[in-house]
Amino acid sequence: MRKLKLVMVGNGMAGCRTLEELLKLAPDLYEITVFGSEPHPNYNRILLSPVLAGEMTIQDIILNDLDWYAENNITLHTGKTITRIDRRARKVVAADGTTAEYDRLLLATGSNPFMLPVPGKDLPGVISYRDIKDTDEMIDAARTHKHAVVIGGGLLGLEAANGLKLRGMDVSVVHVMPWLMERQLDRVAAGMLQKSLEKKGLKFLLERQTAELVAGESGRVAAIKFKDGETIPADLVVMAVGIRPNTGLAESCGLHCNRGVVVNDTMQTFDPRIYAVGECASHRGIAYGLVAPLFEQAKVAANHLAMYGIGRYQGSVTSTKLKVTGIDLFSAGDFMGGSDVDEIILQDPAGGVYKKLVLKDNRLVGAVMYGDTVDGSWYFQLLKDKQDIQDIRDHLMFGKSNLGDTGHKGANNAASLPDTAEVCGCNGVCKGTIVKAITEKGLFSLEDVRKHTKASSSCGSCTGLVEQILASCVGGAYQPADSNSKAVCGCTDLSHGEVRKTIREQKLLSVATAMHFMAWKTPNGCATCRPAINYYCISTWPHEAEDDPQSRFINERAHANIQKDGTFSVVPRMWGGLTTPDELRRIADVADKYKIPTVKVTGGQRIDLLGVKKADLPGVWQDLGIPSGHAYGKSIRTVKTCVGAEHCRFGTQLSMSMGVKLEKMLFGMWSPHKVKLAVSGCPRNCAESGIKDVGVIGVDSGYEIYVAGNGGIKTEVAEFLCKVKTDEEVMEMSGAFLQLYREEGYYLERTVHYVQRVGLEHVKKLVVEDEANRKALYERLLYALQGYKDPWAERAEAEKASTVKREFEIIEV
Amino acid sequence: MEAEVKTPEQAIGTWKRVCLLADIPVLGSRVVRSSSGDIAIFRNADNEVFALHDKCPHKAGPLSQGIVHGKTVTCPLHSWKIQLEDGVAQLPDIGCTRSFSVKVENEVVFLNV
Ligand code: SRM
Ligand SMILES: Cc1cc2nc3c(=O)[nH]c(=O)nc-3n(C[C@H](O)[C@H](O)[C@H](O)COP(=O)(O)OP(=O)(O)OC[C@H]3O[C@@H](n4cnc5c(N)ncnc54)[C@H](O)[C@@H]3O)c2cc1C
Ligand code: SF4
Ligand code: FES
Repeated sequence: MRKLKLVMVGNGMAGCRTLEELLKLAPDLYEITVFGSEPHPNYNRILLSPVLAGEMTIQDIILNDLDWYAENNITLHTGKTITRIDRRARKVVAADGTTAEYDRLLLATGSNPFMLPVPGKDLPGVISYRDIKDTDEMIDAARTHKHAVVIGGGLLGLEAANGLKLRGMDVSVVHVMPWLMERQLDRVAAGMLQKSLEKKGLKFLLERQTAELVAGESGRVAAIKFKDGETIPADLVVMAVGIRPNTGLAESCGLHCNRGVVVNDTMQTFDPRIYAVGECASHRGIAYGLVAPLFEQAKVAANHLAMYGIGRYQGSVTSTKLKVTGIDLFSAGDFMGGSDVDEIILQDPAGGVYKKLVLKDNRLVGAVMYGDTVDGSWYFQLLKDKQDIQDIRDHLMFGKSNLGDTGHKGANNAASLPDTAEVCGCNGVCKGTIVKAITEKGLFSLEDVRKHTKASSSCGSCTGLVEQILASCVGGAYQPADSNSKAVCGCTDLSHGEVRKTIREQKLLSVATAMHFMAWKTPNGCATCRPAINYYCISTWPHEAEDDPQSRFINERAHANIQKDGTFSVVPRMWGGLTTPDELRRIADVADKYKIPTVKVTGGQRIDLLGVKKADLPGVWQDLGIPSGHAYGKSIRTVKTCVGAEHCRFGTQLSMSMGVKLEKMLFGMWSPHKVKLAVSGCPRNCAESGIKDVGVIGVDSGYEIYVAGNGGIKTEVAEFLCKVKTDEEVMEMSGAFLQLYREEGYYLERTVHYVQRVGLEHVKKLVVEDEANRKALYERLLYALQGYKDPWAERAEAEKASTVKREFEIIEV
Repeated sequence: MEAEVKTPEQAIGTWKRVCLLADIPVLGSRVVRSSSGDIAIFRNADNEVFALHDKCPHKAGPLSQGIVHGKTVTCPLHSWKIQLEDGVAQLPDIGCTRSFSVKVENEVVFLNV
């Protein structure tokens, strides 16, 4: 079959990203030809600023070198500008006469810098700031000339001014507005920014209008004259006053344009054979000028070019970050405030910190931060997710890390970290390694950084820090994916929510059928998606779905915790932390018989036997005769109790018996992540109910129930759910809450993250307020747990059966 | 199915009968104790069998306990992905664990050690 012909005009960031996405989906569908006006392969335009500042070289910022085009059989014409599109003959014609025919055409022509229409704008020494040529010209001018004037106090102008200053020029920034970056900053933040830039030696002329650029004797620009008559010397003038979508070519062939080539949600123009992406495209009236939205567009365009026909681009919320080393500034959304919004402001001019959060109807709609931008990505995420923040409103301003972010104390400001600082404590990755990978490999997303450096890929507690490093390297081009639409893993484009929904709606009963139905891209998934699908199947269809041991992590397969040396640990169940002399004796005997090296009391009120050989596990279980503690599972773990009214002089409720009842009820419950409970007999709370997935605190008149606490990676205090009177109500309420979490939680999302995502109000509505729904949830939980057999007893029992034995037995040769 | 003998060094070893194909779970593994240390034998969804030294090139994790997908096993300790055919770690991780020749004849698995 003849391959289809795809021609791309404009060899820039949006276009090449589209090709990359397309090649991932349909590597052989097209014969691809690319035309680019610039004499270079695709490079990372946003890093021109660090190049100008002398922090990087052109070589560092190439994204796709010539080999990449060759390897993918792409015919590349650099230095050739397309001047004509013949839509009837379906071909493009370049200025030098080169032609190419197409079946599909992709326009990615970017934008043109806007030049102020003042006398002298065409003089030598007057330039814009857009590409490698401009950057080279600025670097040259800095060698031979003294006075630079940058017109425009926006993002681009300031980055240009900063670079020129670092290269030794005397730099003035001229801006018509009363403050800098007025589209991204409010007046206070802009004032602070101006002050720190002045400290770096930049000069500012605000509210000035340029009248004329004046030539010197050599014919090169020599001065700039303002409308108020003042003149200052200028032998380099950089205009950074805005960009205009580059639509000349599209208009000349009759494509509908309106401040950009008009496209629909599939990035298709009015001619169905022609697509447009990037700064030249106008989608729902907006032409974006930042990379992140362009990448989203690229993904959608590629999907349609690959003829998959799914995916719609629905517009983007953008955020901004200034790439001037030493200055931390972040803004997102609608931050100017107004009459129908609330503002939370933190202002510390002496400390150089300013933060403003703009709230509307309990959602974050805008944020400006100066000096301390650690939480920028978190706020941006809240904003994009439109998350209800009512419950966290009182500490929202203090950021995500205000509560015990363990392991990174004193190091949560990426910009000030030295290259040698350890960012990821789990994998020992330093800041320098991360920065190097981002710049050399052209990474833009957290996933990419995880893949290439391993940073933030284990416990995840350094994610914020890594995101911040990413943002400081690539600026606004870094956009955290919103958690609701992120793909489960590389094996699919579907999100956790979509996978769950499909499994429910289509009644998919096994991992294999689910992957088949959802057209998984890999033959049997991977270690990330398979356990998730398996959980979704068994939790959605209890007693019907087939549990696949090979899709479970080894701990759940072997019913024990794997250790660093390949041995296992065994934690027998102690209901509510209670044991008996007889059980203790058996534990002691087992430890002796199997020469178990370590016996330890765990943080969960029970005993851990560590260092057991896999082959010994069935024997250990048999001899113990105690049920599994599930210390290894994404499942119910422990119900911690205090002594309570049984013995304690302050006790108001029988906390031990309440705890044992809860633990027995929940025995064998698989969940998106592990689940821990605690019951305390009085508000002194000796069982630490405040940091549990479900925490129960006895009071004189009954019990208070708290949910979604977490004592792990990031300590989170549980939130009050409701108060009840009887033991039965505690069981029903906690059971219903946990069932809701089991049905709605994403795999590996603990209750705290689940509740943060859906909002406590949602939970209260379905569990506390709606009695019928609560009872239904509770019933579904009890039904799912019905007849659950202790896996250890089952194994010990079936020990003689060869099918079970074979997994644990070593073959000798 | 018959796996090829990979290198002359390995060819010097002898073929030893290990177990039946049915003794290895699909998308699972078994551990074989040999004079050259523990060897993990894997079976994938296409009933192909592979053998690797049961030590991850990262920190010696037992690869036999990992999750098998495609022609890869994910190490249970820190999730390195090791290719079953040659024992090479997938990028960005760098490392390699020794692989052994295996073949299946009449549903019987043989290992060259
Ligand atoms: C054995 C024990 C430590 C001890 O000796 O006390 C333990 C051991 C492990 N914990 Fe833990 N945790 C133990 C109590 C805790 C507690 C305290 C508690 O339960 O009261 C916490 C904080 C409370 C909480 O979970 O909210 C705790 C928070 C974690 C976390 C962080 C979870 C989080 O969502 O932030 C992990 C990592 C994970 O699960 O992803 C973890 C993971 C682990 C793993 C399973 C790591 C792993 O994947 O291999 C450890 C297994 C060690 C091994 O080689 O067997 N462990 N771990 C404790 C077992 C308790 C039990 O009887 O079941
Ligand atoms: C100095 C600088 C710093 C920036 N910093 C950031 C930042 O921190 N964060 C951020 O998100 N964004 C930043 N941007 C913006 C970002 O670089 C652009 O949004 C992005 O590059 C646009 O991609 P594009 O593919 O649409 O256009 P481009 O990357 O401009 O690519 C278009 C290409 O098409 C070529 N072309 C045009 N017409 C034709 C034709 N007729 N024939 C052949 N070729 C043609 C052009 O020469 C150009 O190479 C910055 C931009 C600059 C200049
Ligand atoms: S037991 Fe828990 S805290 Fe201790 S090293 Fe293991 S995971 Fe970390
Ligand atoms: S030991 Fe295998 S990944 Fe660390």
